[in-house]
Amino acid sequence: MSTLTMTEAGAALPAPPPQRGRKAGLDQDSLFAVAAFAGPALLLFAAFIVLPLLLALGATFTNHRLMSPEPTQFVGLENYRRLLSVDVVTVDALRGNAGAALRDEDGLRFPTWRQVRLAHPELAGYREAFHLRVGERRLVLAATDPQFYRSLINTFLFALLVLPLQCGSALGMALLVNQKIRGRIFFRTVYFAPVVTSMVVASIVWSIMLNTDRGLVNEVLRALSGDPNTGPDWLGDSLFALPAIAVMSAWQGMGFQMLVFLAGLQSIPHEQYEAAILMGANAWQRFVHVTLPGLRNTIVFVLVSTALLAFGLFTQVDVMTGGGPLDSTTTVVYHSVRTGFREQDIGYGSTIALVFFGLVLALSTLQRLVAAKGAAKGAAK
Amino acid sequence: MNQFLRKGALLAAMAGAGVLFAAPLLFMVLSSFKPEAAIFSGLAHWSSYVPSADWSFDHYRAIFDKSDLPGFLLNSTIVSACIVVGGILLNSMLAFALCRMRWRGRQAVLAFVVGLMIVPLEVIAIPLLSLVARLPWPGFENGTLVMHTGWFNSLHVQIIPFLANAFCVFLFYQFFKDIPPELDEAAKMDGAGPWTLFFRIILPNSGPVIATAAIVLFIAAWNQYLWPIMVVQGEMARPVQPGIQQFFGRSESWGQIMAYATVVTLPVLAVFLAFQRQFVASVAGAGIKG
Repeated sequence: MSTLTMTEAGAALPAPPPQRGRKAGLDQDSLFAVAAFAGPALLLFAAFIVLPLLLALGATFTNHRLMSPEPTQFVGLENYRRLLSVDVVTVDALRGNAGAALRDEDGLRFPTWRQVRLAHPELAGYREAFHLRVGERRLVLAATDPQFYRSLINTFLFALLVLPLQCGSALGMALLVNQKIRGRIFFRTVYFAPVVTSMVVASIVWSIMLNTDRGLVNEVLRALSGDPNTGPDWLGDSLFALPAIAVMSAWQGMGFQMLVFLAGLQSIPHEQYEAAILMGANAWQRFVHVTLPGLRNTIVFVLVSTALLAFGLFTQVDVMTGGGPLDSTTTVVYHSVRTGFREQDIGYGSTIALVFFGLVLALSTLQRLVAAKGAAKGAAK
Repeated sequence: MNQFLRKGALLAAMAGAGVLFAAPLLFMVLSSFKPEAAIFSGLAHWSSYVPSADWSFDHYRAIFDKSDLPGFLLNSTIVSACIVVGGILLNSMLAFALCRMRWRGRQAVLAFVVGLMIVPLEVIAIPLLSLVARLPWPGFENGTLVMHTGWFNSLHVQIIPFLANAFCVFLFYQFFKDIPPELDEAAKMDGAGPWTLFFRIILPNSGPVIATAAIVLFIAAWNQYLWPIMVVQGEMARPVQPGIQQFFGRSESWGQIMAYATVVTLPVLAVFLAFQRQFVASVAGAGIKG
């Protein structure tokens, strides 16, 4: 049966072109020449991208440590168990003798995590990651690595903050510098300058600008509000630190998305705008019915590439906050580097890195699906 | 009149955004010239933004005399130069093999290289760390060749893993595809082999893409941070970005930090301004094709 299929497939293939003397050289290059041209770069890809990926996958099943006297052991799924184990427990508020819930100045009083764990022996090794208050109860998300869940939430939160800010402003600025107006090249350069500034330098300059007492940002806030005491502790307050990093990151990266949008805008045929004007469309209608549909693929590309960068958030956190305050700026990549490199736990750090890669792959697949759907739609028209 | 108003509003919007965007970098450069006490005084007033008599190069003198900045600058220059030159050569050769040579498996390799573009450094950094810890490197001791184990604290650990660059291969591939094949055919008729074809005909006609690749590789190399903080602990081989991060952590003088930041940023800014047009074209191309 299988031989038959093979013959059929073989018959379906076009016959190989006849070799004719010296002309054969045009059809196939010598293996030596191909190896000489393609070999070096392919070897480097294999050694420094493919091999590390495979090593990462392998390391997730071991307790491999950098510079450890003890031999590496196979630990099965232990790293994954440690990373992903979660449990949700309901904790009742503390009650007095009369049965009424106890309160203090912060509201309801709850038992400490130590007390909760003593009451639930199955929670040994678990720590509290988050809690949510429901009436006089608390829903507590407990995990063996609560920092991982916090970093996962922070990473998504950061992407949610940065995506609309960065992509929206980038589109706005692309529309601005797309106008036929003097000085647009100059402004395009100004908007793009932060992109070539290194993330480390940008983080340092912003750290100083965001200084609570003397920084530029709070000085401006004070001058505008007239209140000499205003101005939050941007990087030292767990409420403001992540949004501050998001604004700074959007500032640094926006110029790139602006250029991509600009190219997208310039590829929309001019006739479409002329036709819209003939039909009496105003500027807003032209934007909604000509510009946005024309930018469809560009928008998908910009959103996905910005999200990928946002998921990789590391440098800003490392320079500006070190993951704090209270883990409010710890991200997945930061957590991975902290355990894998600073604590030299290669196995566990690789496990976190692979979870991050899963996010990246999911996003890229999503982009492909959306692009393919768009292409199918275009073909159907 | 309406047109005039419209242009005025657009210009005002552009200038407003321009001020917001330029402010941090301007603040960086201005502060680097100011005496320590003047950096934070009266920032809300315009007079702190124009040069005055108390401005000086003192902070620059201090960081060049007292810190290890010159050595770090040299390290970053060597690393970036090697990555740019080596990267252009290796990646364009692979792109040439994929675009212009005929061999089995070419399509599969092309798909593989495109796929590599989505693997971020952050994913492979930690296993790469344990890999380079075990790699050998030749050295000379007392005139005899000895093999050292581990690439840590060196310049080559910052160069070799970043020579092959999938995005760069893709850039070259896209460009080579548009070079008319008649050019090759004519050369082949004259008996030219792939080497002559590549170095005498294809590369000399690839100025714009070489410039683009050079900028992309240079900026990425100069701004490396995550990798060097992992593999370069000593000061001998430290490049500028970890250098300034360390300086930021221990220096008391914010004027000196800003001078340091300005020195570290100037080379990239200069390269960008010099090759702006190619840069804009390449970013735009990446967006449309990607």
